[in-house]
Amino acid sequence: MNWLIDFFSNPANWSGPGGIPVRLLEHLEFSVVALLMAAAVAIPLGLWAGHTGRGSLVVVVSANAARALPTLGILVLVVLIVGVGSTWPVLIPLVLLAVPPILVNTYEGVRGVDPDLRDAAYGMGLRGPQVLFRVKVPVALPLMLLGLRLAAIQVVATATVAAYVGLGGLGRFIMDGLATKNYTITIGGAFLVVVLALAAQAGFTLLSRVAVSPGVRRAR
Amino acid sequence: MITFEGVTKRYDDGTVAVDDLSLEAPTGAITVFVGPSGCGKTTSLRMINRMIDATEGRVLLDGQDVREIDPPTLRRGIGYVIQQAGLFPHRKIVDNVATVPYLLGWDRKRARARAMELLERVGLDAGLARRYPFQLSGGQQQRVGVARALAADPPVLLMDEPFSAVDPIVRASLQDELLRLQSDLQKTIVFVTHDIDEAIKLGDTVAVLRVGGRLAQMAGPATLLTEPVDDFVREFLGRDRGIRRLSFIPAKDVRLEAAPADLVTDAAGRPLGWRADGGLLPYGTFNPERDSLRAALDAALLAANGTAVAVDEDGRVIGVVTREALDEVLGQYAARHTRPLPATGEDPRG
Ligand SMILES: Nc1ncnc2c1ncn2[C@@H]1O[C@H](COP(=O)(O)OP(=O)(O)OP(=O)(O)O)[C@@H](O)[C@H]1O
Ligand SMILES: [Mg+2]
Repeated sequence: MNWLIDFFSNPANWSGPGGIPVRLLEHLEFSVVALLMAAAVAIPLGLWAGHTGRGSLVVVVSANAARALPTLGILVLVVLIVGVGSTWPVLIPLVLLAVPPILVNTYEGVRGVDPDLRDAAYGMGLRGPQVLFRVKVPVALPLMLLGLRLAAIQVVATATVAAYVGLGGLGRFIMDGLATKNYTITIGGAFLVVVLALAAQAGFTLLSRVAVSPGVRRAR
Repeated sequence: MITFEGVTKRYDDGTVAVDDLSLEAPTGAITVFVGPSGCGKTTSLRMINRMIDATEGRVLLDGQDVREIDPPTLRRGIGYVIQQAGLFPHRKIVDNVATVPYLLGWDRKRARARAMELLERVGLDAGLARRYPFQLSGGQQQRVGVARALAADPPVLLMDEPFSAVDPIVRASLQDELLRLQSDLQKTIVFVTHDIDEAIKLGDTVAVLRVGGRLAQMAGPATLLTEPVDDFVREFLGRDRGIRRLSFIPAKDVRLEAAPADLVTDAAGRPLGWRADGGLLPYGTFNPERDSLRAALDAALLAANGTAVAVDEDGRVIGVVTREALDEVLGQYAARHTRPLPATGEDPRG
């Protein structure tokens, strides 16, 4: 506890390019961009596979494969290939990390919509895309948001790896602290990562309150 | 009018669900498809709105082959009610009912006004409109399902076992409601059930299907009860066919007699009971204007002296029917069997 107080009360930790605000923003930037990129790939793919029932095997297999990839290993590999300096090498492993939970939950959510409901929707005269976006997506939304939330938490926690290849983010505090045996800084950095993960969790919980129909939320 | 012309449906796995079905469902009437589980009722019904396409033959809607119409367009003009109601859980009841009007591009206000009107029509309180489906009972959900099917005022209504998931009392009231609606709206309705009593109660025409998707018999309910074509239909109809048939004979032709003095009434003329030494004995009533001969017979059997009491809409005594008078009409109808029994092979008990 004292260490945390030391960390946060030290004015040197708050200013300059290595200060808390800058590192926090860098961390947030990696995370948000990685999450958006993953969502841009995984949501359309999950919707399509879940809706049509096609590509199911591909979805499940690729999601499992991506899950098994070692994040740090990929990062090092990417850096070796493209060199240090730009931000985007760190995005690749983060995106790979975020795709599986989003993809699988979107797919399962859409595919799992009650067949009677699907039948009624077509029977009323909705066309395929209308059935998907007006019926299946609203019903699958809690699961889709769960997938996004899991991805966000993992990405926030894992974005610390950026520091390993000389990039910023909260991982720098952890690395630098370890390197200089100044554990106050390490613990402070870890604490900030936890706070950010909790904030992501809270943000998605709030989002599902707003976005999910009470009829779907309560029916579960 | 809906016409099946030699319709066959063979599923990909080779199952023949419907075999060379030809029949007509007349405009403005209720046609019931009834038969044991797996006999192809659902399959037949769904070929009308192209949820399934026939393998052979044609289904015509007012003379036009349904295959010439793009399925979503076709379906928007045909109400469809299924067993589990299939309401959209994320939408309020009012918006569920307005589904097809929205699809047809009505503006929100008009679609919702129409939805409210229909909720009232199917006997639901306006207060339910703002609720979500999970907040309704099974019977209420089923009523919403019917309201939704009627929202855009389609001339045709397809109903697949719509009332089979609710308890018998609710089911009976939903059936009565449907008959009441139908007497106002005169839709062309095709109704699927495996419950022969429901078929007989609701159908203007009843098509009995047998497993393998073949039409066994198609007839009005009264004819079906007295003249089943074979053992299968006879067994499917079950017991008490003679008594059940009386439900289709109006009681208005029975001979009424003036009420005797020992029928005690209140000041308004409503019956209280039959006078006896120890007090009043039970009585039974029917309304000759509205009820069937079965109700008249039932009323006679309920009374201690075997005499049925005829009442008007307000429950006031307008006369009595003696057993002799009942016997006269029963005799007339019993004699009206038109078809002689087949010569061989069949159980002569009828
Ligand atoms: N998609 C399908 N693929 C293969 N066979 C099917 C399919 N759908 C139905 N069948 C078969 O076709 C036959 C008729 O099915 P259908 O659902 O029309 O019967 P039903 O009369 O509605 O029965 P129930 O009263 O049980 O609802 C059954 O033998 C059924 O197993
Ligand atoms: Mg069926």
